[in-house]
Amino acid sequence: MGRFVQTATTLQAFAAPQNPVISDGVQTSWVSRKNSQTSGYSSTASSGLHNRDANAKEGPAMGSSISAAEVRKFEELAKDWWDPDGSSAPLHSMNPIRTHFTRDALCLCFGRESRSPQPLQGLTILDVGCGGGLFSEALARLGASVTGIDASQAGIFVAREHARADPLIHERTTYRNITAEQAVEEGLQFDAVVASEVIEHVENVPAFCNSLAALTKDSGAVIISTINRTPASYAVAIVGAEYIAQVVPKGTHDWSRFITPDELSHLMEGVGLPQVSISGMFMNPVTRKWSLINDVGVNYIAYFKRKISVPV
Amino acid sequence: MVGSALACALGSNSATSSLRVLVLDREGPTEVTSPSSNVPDLRVSTVTPASVQLLQSVGAWEHIAPPRSAAFQHMQVWDEGGNGYVRYSAAQVGRDNMGYVAENRVLQTALMRRLKDLKNITLLWPASLEALTLPSYALEAHEGPGTNSLAELRLAHGQTCKARLVVGADGARSRTRQLADLRTFSWSYHQRGIVATVRTQQPNDTAWQRFLHTGPLALLPVRDGYSNIVWSTSLQQASALEKASPHEFALAVNEALRGGFPPARNPLLPMRSAEEFAAPPAVFAVEETQQRSFPLACAGAGRYVRPRLALVGDAAHVVHPLAGQGVNLGFGDVRTLADALTHAVETGRDVGELGLLEDMYEQPRQRENGIMMVALDSLKRVFAPQSGVLASFRGLGLDIINGTPALKSSIMKYAMG
Repeated sequence: MGRFVQTATTLQAFAAPQNPVISDGVQTSWVSRKNSQTSGYSSTASSGLHNRDANAKEGPAMGSSISAAEVRKFEELAKDWWDPDGSSAPLHSMNPIRTHFTRDALCLCFGRESRSPQPLQGLTILDVGCGGGLFSEALARLGASVTGIDASQAGIFVAREHARADPLIHERTTYRNITAEQAVEEGLQFDAVVASEVIEHVENVPAFCNSLAALTKDSGAVIISTINRTPASYAVAIVGAEYIAQVVPKGTHDWSRFITPDELSHLMEGVGLPQVSISGMFMNPVTRKWSLINDVGVNYIAYFKRKISVPV
Repeated sequence: MVGSALACALGSNSATSSLRVLVLDREGPTEVTSPSSNVPDLRVSTVTPASVQLLQSVGAWEHIAPPRSAAFQHMQVWDEGGNGYVRYSAAQVGRDNMGYVAENRVLQTALMRRLKDLKNITLLWPASLEALTLPSYALEAHEGPGTNSLAELRLAHGQTCKARLVVGADGARSRTRQLADLRTFSWSYHQRGIVATVRTQQPNDTAWQRFLHTGPLALLPVRDGYSNIVWSTSLQQASALEKASPHEFALAVNEALRGGFPPARNPLLPMRSAEEFAAPPAVFAVEETQQRSFPLACAGAGRYVRPRLALVGDAAHVVHPLAGQGVNLGFGDVRTLADALTHAVETGRDVGELGLLEDMYEQPRQRENGIMMVALDSLKRVFAPQSGVLASFRGLGLDIINGTPALKSSIMKYAMG
């Protein structure tokens, strides 16, 4: 049985999954990876928004002005960010379930077959508050071209470093150290905008919702996941997660800032994005596995679809 | 075999058919020219219904099904020293058969044939692995490449490639496992197994297994009226049996299988199943064949995975051949790993991510394979000593199993996967 199997997701970013591809000689493409990447990648970011050189415009520069000590600090942080048992453990364990919800919602929105291999192929997605790029990478693997933005310089550093290791992710992701408001000012628009575990940290929620709407193309979608403001969410998210299980650092959340599904859907409706569907997310405290449930009492994720704006 | 089964599974599923799979093989495909015209090969595997299901789902079963293999309807286990016996029949659990016996080369050829039809799979041979660079475990990563850097393989001819996941399916002496620095534990039984192809007097539809003083002897139906012998015994007897002529060997098998008294009913146990003990058929030597021997051992890898690496089949675990479970454990690995990778593709996870491989592949498989390794090992140990008291307890145990339909069918269902 002297054999072993090597599995590699196709490195050509948009080599269609069903495409009988490989004809041009897998041998050549894997012996010399670099050629296959550059030749195989065709930019689908036709919007022109997906410009990797857009970094120049960014607020806090990540270039030469950064000290070596800072870089080391970020590198340490990078390791922790992507450590499934580190301080972002709950995000790691939540990632498959929020990706699952988002995949199905976007497939519904854009008429895709959610079970097909690359269901989000060709869609442009903005990940607001992308942090280390956990969610962005998952969406990129489903075929999307993802732009991740975060106000934290460290998060963007981590996300870029992590993406560098995998050519497919590197080609399909762009990370920028800007805020949602800055993105609006630049006039950026995407097929879909996701804001996962972010809105509870935002100062001005109505203004934030406005920005999300401005960043979404007509008939596009917005996905928001956050924590409800209920006694149960206080018990789970603050007492449970921060103090008892200590799976997230203390002080991560301020319960009074949590937003209820009703408040959120009202706000989103007001900016032209009525809610299409919503689901609760529940983490089994023993197995730490997440599942989608009907009860939105603690964690929830919702899908909003932008109405076509009719110019008056 | 297990490696190509995994490749076929990945190619046959719509989600994982987006993965580009490169299969490296040392030897390349072996073509079997009209398998039914010649004597079956010595190396055979018992294929449980669960494994049949996998082979069907990957589209390889049609090239394995009878007449290329043989189904068996009964299984009978009995003891030379004690009086106990157990006889299982497929009809008891409402099945047509209890499994199949197929030559390894038939399994290999069928899988390889299927593999060539799959568009996302490339087969490269002859290929051997020279070096393997894997990312470090998350917590040890203080410098060097990131924890998600791709695995890098260097082949014997200097070719290199990168992969998100490397699967080691390269057998008991896995080079992949060695290069990945995964430790193994093993113990030897100080025994050897003798394999031979024979003919039986009557058509054979039963997997026979007798526990002799020196070790278990199994007689399995293969195709076209041939049967296969797997005889585990002491090193000394093994060496004598291997040197014997096919005719002398057949005589020894008949003596071992049919000698002594058939098990009698246990008068202390009132409940009896309808299954009566059946006498095994006499065997005859087949011209131009020769019995061969191989060492018996039990081995396992402490870990089946590390970042961007998974071991499957014999590379992860070697069990005593006594119940013919080896390849079925390997196919079980394939099912679980293919499911894990399907989940990964559907939820945008990295197929080589350690957490995914641990939770969805290693944990369930180590549990399952561990149970089987311990079960086979303890069965082997229970049957090894032949003191009168132990032997009679054992006979009683077999009788209780045989006389308790619920227990019997649950054991059967387990053995049938």
